[in-house]
Amino acid sequence: MSTTQVIAADESLPKKKLDLIPVFLIPVVALIALPLYYAMGMGSASDWLTATIAGIGMGLIIFLVASGFSLVFGLMDVLNFGHGIFVTLGAYFGVAFLAPFQTWYDDPESIALNLLALFAAAGLGMLVTAVVGLIFERIIVRPVYGNHLSQILVTSGGMIVAGELCVVFWGPETLPLLPPTSLTGALVIGTFAMEKFRLMTLIVGMILFLVMVLLLNRTKLGLLIRASVQDREMVEALGYKVKFLFITVFAVGAALASLGGTFYGMFINGANNGIGPAMMINIFIVIIIAGMGSVGGALIAAILVGIANNYAGLLFPNFAAFTSIAVMCAVILWRPQGLYPVAKR
Amino acid sequence: MKLPLLKLEGVNTHIGPYHILYGIDFEVPEGELTMLLGRNGAGKTTTLRTIMGMWKASAGKVIFEGKILSEMTTPQIGNLGIAYVPENKGIFTDLTVRENMVLAARNGAPDSARLDWIFTYMPALKKFWEQPSGLLSGGQKQMLSIARAMVEPRRLLLVDEPSKGLAPAIVQNLVEAFKAMKQAGTTILVVEQNFNFAKSLGDTVVVMDNGKVAHRGTMADLAANEALQHKLLGLSLDSHQ
Repeated sequence: MSTTQVIAADESLPKKKLDLIPVFLIPVVALIALPLYYAMGMGSASDWLTATIAGIGMGLIIFLVASGFSLVFGLMDVLNFGHGIFVTLGAYFGVAFLAPFQTWYDDPESIALNLLALFAAAGLGMLVTAVVGLIFERIIVRPVYGNHLSQILVTSGGMIVAGELCVVFWGPETLPLLPPTSLTGALVIGTFAMEKFRLMTLIVGMILFLVMVLLLNRTKLGLLIRASVQDREMVEALGYKVKFLFITVFAVGAALASLGGTFYGMFINGANNGIGPAMMINIFIVIIIAGMGSVGGALIAAILVGIANNYAGLLFPNFAAFTSIAVMCAVILWRPQGLYPVAKR
Repeated sequence: MKLPLLKLEGVNTHIGPYHILYGIDFEVPEGELTMLLGRNGAGKTTTLRTIMGMWKASAGKVIFEGKILSEMTTPQIGNLGIAYVPENKGIFTDLTVRENMVLAARNGAPDSARLDWIFTYMPALKKFWEQPSGLLSGGQKQMLSIARAMVEPRRLLLVDEPSKGLAPAIVQNLVEAFKAMKQAGTTILVVEQNFNFAKSLGDTVVVMDNGKVAHRGTMADLAANEALQHKLLGLSLDSHQ
């Protein structure tokens, strides 16, 4: 046994700096918008609050889609530009799987039956999309491991082909997809009105975020995912099959994107093969703001993009489309690696 | 010399268009500590990475206990009881010391008696058990990377330049840890540039130069022959003290 114990146990470590500045970006952006509401005669504090919560609700839908994309990149260095197809499928599966539950879904008396129908359909959609995700990974992604340019071209192409296949199955017209009867309309408290459906997406998004955080921090599977995002090679040297882990995360990421797609379809009241590709632009922006591989960063970035879009839509409608890009530019001028970069590439 | 646990036969490795290893042949005797020495760029790290399957051998064989490692994937090799400590330490800095150890333990939770044994050599790890490993000093990170390899009994340990950048006092702790592992029956292959460190630990030695094996023998013979050291390593022991 050792006689030398020269590494002193009484050395202290530098304190880990808890980097909360990005978290404060959300209230900062919100508080900048508040006086603008008054200054531009667009309404009062309650209108601002409505827009804020609606923005957070939209942000959480974006987060559901972005988190999978981010982990997939972090784990295997795979840029899946076709991730949007899972959003499209989520919306279409929402339409398809709600059909058998339509009487429950439309029952104006029972919010419980409405939600049961919604989550049964969304859950089935997630399951089928996860399987589609596995097939997509095998056919489209696996042949282009390790080559970013090919990944971008092949996965983008894969999304176009899959999108056209959706047209073959469901036709070119937008199919109606409405929120459940009891979640249409707004919850009014005094002068403050809040769309019930957005409130629901907000709650579900937050729950899923918390589940993800618990899974990543409190389980061995989560440890493996976090370790692999940082140093895949070393995890493999410890004897773990990161490829298997990656395929699992790919399928779960596809399922989450599907849920995001179902919600987004209900939000715009329809399903068509354009909604996934359209959402991908926001996903890229969110990932660039968040820092690659970071789930917490993706949440903050998604909420930032969600609320900024909402404020701009009312305050500066001509610049609404530019808002997300403006937020992204501002963030990367400040932190070129994003808010919380994890994947070191 | 004892029977070899690991054997390299005519191993060639290419990295992209570059030919790095040219027919490497050497053996690592079971239960001994073998030092792999050589100048910068001699191919030592590439040799370890080829053994671990991180670079594929383009020709030749790596044989461990009768199994041909050069036909296996890195996770398969990692599951044969081979631990690898890379030059950059390979610590998961976002994870705590405990979480790093939990991942290294493949057969359930780390054994507490074994952890206590590890802590006798590396008391800092006990103290910072629940701290993010990214906050550890360079020496503590090195200790953690070795501790990960010690968390369960291993057949073979591959270590890349463990003493690099460390204070002499910490290097002494490493020496003790390696001796303890050897005593516990682990065969060890260490890539090293610090000849004094190598001399204090090695039983056998392999010297590489320009992607080829330039010398094989016992460490005692090389340590006693200054002219040979100078010829092989381009240094005299005096210049390293």
